Amino acid sequence: MTQGAKSLVLSARDVRRDYPVVGEPVHAVRGITLDIAEGEYVAIVGPSGCGKSTLLNLLGAIDRPTAGSITIAGRDVSKLTDSEATRFRLTGIGFVFQRFYLMPTLTAAENVELPMSEAKVPRAEREARARELLRYVGLEGRAGHRPYQLSGGEQQRVAIARALANKPALLLADEPTGELDARTGTEMIEMFARLNADGTTLVVVTHDEELAQAAKRRVHMRDGEIVDDTGRVA
Amino acid sequence: MMLRLALANLTRRAARTALTTAGVAVASAMLLDMVMLGSGMRESFRGFLEQQPYQLRLTPRGTMPFDSEATIGGASELIARITADSDVVSVAPVLGGKLFVARGDSVVAGFALGIDPSKQADYVIAEGRDIAAPNETVWNGALLEAAGLAVGDTVRGAAGYDPQLRRFTGTRELVIVGRGRFVMLSGGELASALQLPTLQEMGGPDRTDRISVALVGVRDGAVSEEVAKRIEASEPRMSAISTEAALRFVDERLGYFRQLAFILASVSLAVGFLLVTTLVTVSVNERIGEFAVLRAIGVARWRIVAQVMAEGVALSVVGSVLGLGLGLVTAKWLNGILAAFPGLPAAFEFFRFEPSAAFRSLGMLVICGVLAGIWPAWRAASLPIAKTLREEAVA
Repeated sequence: MTQGAKSLVLSARDVRRDYPVVGEPVHAVRGITLDIAEGEYVAIVGPSGCGKSTLLNLLGAIDRPTAGSITIAGRDVSKLTDSEATRFRLTGIGFVFQRFYLMPTLTAAENVELPMSEAKVPRAEREARARELLRYVGLEGRAGHRPYQLSGGEQQRVAIARALANKPALLLADEPTGELDARTGTEMIEMFARLNADGTTLVVVTHDEELAQAAKRRVHMRDGEIVDDTGRVA
Repeated sequence: MMLRLALANLTRRAARTALTTAGVAVASAMLLDMVMLGSGMRESFRGFLEQQPYQLRLTPRGTMPFDSEATIGGASELIARITADSDVVSVAPVLGGKLFVARGDSVVAGFALGIDPSKQADYVIAEGRDIAAPNETVWNGALLEAAGLAVGDTVRGAAGYDPQLRRFTGTRELVIVGRGRFVMLSGGELASALQLPTLQEMGGPDRTDRISVALVGVRDGAVSEEVAKRIEASEPRMSAISTEAALRFVDERLGYFRQLAFILASVSLAVGFLLVTTLVTVSVNERIGEFAVLRAIGVARWRIVAQVMAEGVALSVVGSVLGLGLGLVTAKWLNGILAAFPGLPAAFEFFRFEPSAAFRSLGMLVICGVLAGIWPAWRAASLPIAKTLREEAVA
């Protein structure tokens, strides 16, 4: 399964997501088909309520599609049981959230170690990787700091390091610059560009035009459907 | 790391955690005290009864030992008949009476026990020596103090006193040879012991060859209840009360206390349960975003359950350990107050620490802590991840 010279990391086929609401059900995602190749940097953009975050949750195996299939790194995640999906999220996907969501009682290094601890990575190995990741995001001097001792940008960089901890096939980010000021947002955009340049496959949901422009490929959504897909790998 | 996360979450809101732990400690202390009260009085009675080497107590029919002034006549022959039973190894006769002594213009009155010094189990010598001659006596500290006398003094004691005529009857010169601690008497009670024949003689014809109670020791292997039945069958004017029967009697009288203790212990458990449930639920509600993220990044459901339940268990364990100390201090304080309860031996304990019962009850509180964490833990682990994250982002 390849697209051009690169193998597909993600392949979604006719994915639908309906929410049962009293009266007529809400069709949040309406039959989306999407392929993402290894090393791509994709921005999903569109107006509020168009289904971007719902699609991201489906791609990240946080939510389950009403119909269709989603294959990530060769596994059909739409058919996984709850515990299989949990395990898949732990090792196959990295998440970055708008509000960082670091554990407030853990240090930056411990936050990065958390997914590795859950994946039973030996302590020495995970401590070394946490140091390496914090150095990568420019926070080697802040390893012992707790989230409240870090700025918003620093917290988001720790969140990125956490997302990369178990070497996922795909990094998903939901409005990663949404809580940051303009200058820090720009730094974050540079960080994502560097991540992608170093080989990370990225899917970013954003309203941030600057971030969207930095992506090599932009998927435009409206009313639960993809209406435009520019910069797609040929 | 998840366990560390659980404990760190408790210290994150230190004041709230401390207050809840204090609440659990109070509930735990109350639970412990109620368990100690429920079994303490019975076990205290058992201790008193079993410290004497006698298994039966013979009293005038229908009375308890020293419950009335009733006495048994023909004591010598009675003792001889009982001693003839092959299962009986010893009989210790006791006569209860009064001892009056003058102190200046006033009169001091105390309880007097006529005993056989070689068989008595009513007092232990704290100073001096035990009675060896008919004119010797042992007093307790309260009587010595009230009479202004000391061990070694000689005193004129009387078995009776007429306050109208200010006249003593049945007087006798007595030498105080020892100070004793009377184990079955209450703290402030004035008490003395004399040889049984001496007290009988001082009491005059009404007391000749009479006793109030006879303590009977049965041989090892004999069933004291059966010996009691034989004695009652052959001595119709006597009640033979075994240690077990006395405990049953005590149990009946203390039923109200035990019910009260059971109800209050149950309330304590419920309070502990509700405290832990409330704190853990509030804590979970504050962190639903964190739990949703933990689930999103791949933390297993059962690990979330374990983390939340560990918080409940930690609160219960720390609260229970603190409650153990608090409960013991409270029990000692209450025992001190209740020691003045009239008619009870000074060393009697309302609250008695029985390690197995105490640890069982505290174990129940810890189990309550575990149960208290189940619902909030399951709630935290069952959050719909996408919906929770969306709501948190909006909030």
